[in-house]
Amino acid sequence: MQLFIKEYCLYCDGEIAPQIDWGSFFLGPEKKLLCESCKNRFERINGATCRICCRPMEQIAEQFQHDDLCNDCLRWESNRKWKHVLNQNSSLFVYNDFMAEVIARFKYRGDYLLVQYIAEQIKPLIVKHSFDYLVPIPLSKERLYERGFNQAEAIGKAAGFHTTNLLTRVHTEKQSKKTRAERMDLEQIFRIASQSPAIDGKYILLIDDIYTTGSTLRHAAYVLKAAGAARVQSVTVARG
Amino acid sequence: MLFLAKENRLTPSALLEDKAGVELQRISDIASIPDYPVDSHYPYVKELQLFLSGRQLLLEEIPFALAIIHEHVLHGYVRYLPGIVFHDNKYQCQRCGNDEQRLFGSFACARCQKQCSYCRKCLMMGRVSQCTPLLTWSGPEPAFRFPNALAWEGTLSIAQKEAAEKIREAVESNGDLLVWAVCGAGKTEMLFYGMQAALTLGKRVAIATPRTDVVLELTPRMRQVFPTVPIASLFGGSEERHLFAPIVITTTHQLLRFKEAFDVMIIDEVDAFPFTADRMLQNAAAKARKQGGTEVFLTATPSIEWQRECAQRKRNHYILPARFHRHELPIPKFVWCGNWKKSLKKGRIPKKLLQWVLQRLKTGKQSFVFFPHIQLMEQSLPLFQQYHPDIQAVHSEDPNRKEKVQQMRNGKIPLLLTTTILERGVTIPNLDVAVLGAEDDTFTESALVQIAGRVGRSQNDPTGDVSFFHYGKTNAMIRARAQLLRMNKEARKRGLVD
Repeated sequence: MQLFIKEYCLYCDGEIAPQIDWGSFFLGPEKKLLCESCKNRFERINGATCRICCRPMEQIAEQFQHDDLCNDCLRWESNRKWKHVLNQNSSLFVYNDFMAEVIARFKYRGDYLLVQYIAEQIKPLIVKHSFDYLVPIPLSKERLYERGFNQAEAIGKAAGFHTTNLLTRVHTEKQSKKTRAERMDLEQIFRIASQSPAIDGKYILLIDDIYTTGSTLRHAAYVLKAAGAARVQSVTVARG
Repeated sequence: MLFLAKENRLTPSALLEDKAGVELQRISDIASIPDYPVDSHYPYVKELQLFLSGRQLLLEEIPFALAIIHEHVLHGYVRYLPGIVFHDNKYQCQRCGNDEQRLFGSFACARCQKQCSYCRKCLMMGRVSQCTPLLTWSGPEPAFRFPNALAWEGTLSIAQKEAAEKIREAVESNGDLLVWAVCGAGKTEMLFYGMQAALTLGKRVAIATPRTDVVLELTPRMRQVFPTVPIASLFGGSEERHLFAPIVITTTHQLLRFKEAFDVMIIDEVDAFPFTADRMLQNAAAKARKQGGTEVFLTATPSIEWQRECAQRKRNHYILPARFHRHELPIPKFVWCGNWKKSLKKGRIPKKLLQWVLQRLKTGKQSFVFFPHIQLMEQSLPLFQQYHPDIQAVHSEDPNRKEKVQQMRNGKIPLLLTTTILERGVTIPNLDVAVLGAEDDTFTESALVQIAGRVGRSQNDPTGDVSFFHYGKTNAMIRARAQLLRMNKEARKRGLVD
């Protein structure tokens, strides 16, 4: 047995100081992915959040809080088309500067290995839900080729779940270049995949890296609800 | 991208008319990549030559259609190389040279439909994985000549002239040279004649430095003295990547995108973080230089190994021990200040440092106080601000770093607390510096020499105070002081100071 294997932080590649306690003494050191200082830069979502989108209430000015809903969700829910489409979203981390850096490196630069930490963290959140299908938000063919992997699918799989591609995406420009109004108004960007199993009456859990305006997830949920899904929830790593 | 390898011919899958039933391979899995001879009658695309010559790029980085690029491959003008090779059970990145196995990852790749290993070390320059080809130019290089392009009216000091002559010799004889020149010697001017010689001979020159700030400072200066020569300025996010230039001023990082490009490689501040610490950047510099080309290192603070090699005459070098203004280098004073960490924790500035600070605030002379750690510095800032509200602190991750240094230059900040981030590069006239906790490991010999080198830089104020406040002397402190004393002695001997 080797007590001191050098471990390096998955994010900064700094050496991780070995922690020695009775547990590690008897069981061998527990494998750590990140150093303390990188770990501490993630900001977990705690406390009161919007009932639907998981936005921390403390980020929202009082006049934009409506009981347990944020202004955005109230607007979605008061629109006939969008009411009850996305039942609920849960997110893990606040989208702070560090989270933006992590997601950029994981998704755009394509540093796949970061999935290990993200998956480890999001797993308990996925477990909390009951669902028939865990469905990653799909990329268009072009975007998938460009990135080499679908970040949402990678997270779900690395967390140990079977993912099901119920949806396909029609190629459009990048979401992040659009305004909120443009996003709300998008024509349908998702379709039910041609070889999809039965959706009628099923509980669906969508997975994506980030919830920004909620437009992507709601569009996906809309298509699924139209195909008969009984409930559509979502989990995301970050809440923008 | 995948390839069909058939009958000693590679064809990218995107250019195949009929993909049904053919076996496609990743560039890394192809045992021998065909070597096409250069077809001298082929009317190659000049723009592609200018763009790709001396570079090593990803397909996505080249603004030409794949069909055109592939045509050039077939005629011997461009080559595909594997981005990652797997040899002896080890992965190696062909762009950055990384072979540290923990810095490779793999994923189920949507491009090649296989488990595909990628390099995490140079990821920020675009991912290189097993199905990623790197492209290089293998045809004739663009020829240029800029005889006597130097338009500079200034004069060199005797010592600068000697160093400049050495550099010119190295350029003309394809030799290597280390120029060990003290802080404030006037390094940039010494390069001019060597560069002129290179351009006259049609040799391509790179000036590489670990720091973007230096690239930004150097570029306008070089454009001014070589007004007719195209100069490319490269750093993360710069716009000039598409320019072929006889002179390239670049961060060491950007050298990763070059291969056998430069006849003359000048590396400035060779000891500066992260160059010495990072083997990747050393590989990059070696790869970007042509075989048998000239290598010139410039530094004020060579490593102990290099100092030894100089002393034993194993390394061709030139020592420039005096500043351009012919005044001696300021010598640091060692001031014992007791357990300064404990004092700070109790909310007190160590007494001797406080006296030093108050004296400067009284006379209005600007100063830096260097701290070994960010946290301690930030905790101490309010203690200092009691004595003057305009005192500020700065560190590497401070978004207002540039503004604070500018305010210091404008005289708005009387005293700036800083980490080693300002140890080099920053020149503020008429400055004193103190180091608190000079015994800390952060303060290596070269860090301390650089810090002392901030003082007495201008012709009008060539002297100043350097004080190392410590809780026990270290070898680094003693060596730093000895190095500066030695330089002054050498300068007197050679008549380079008044």
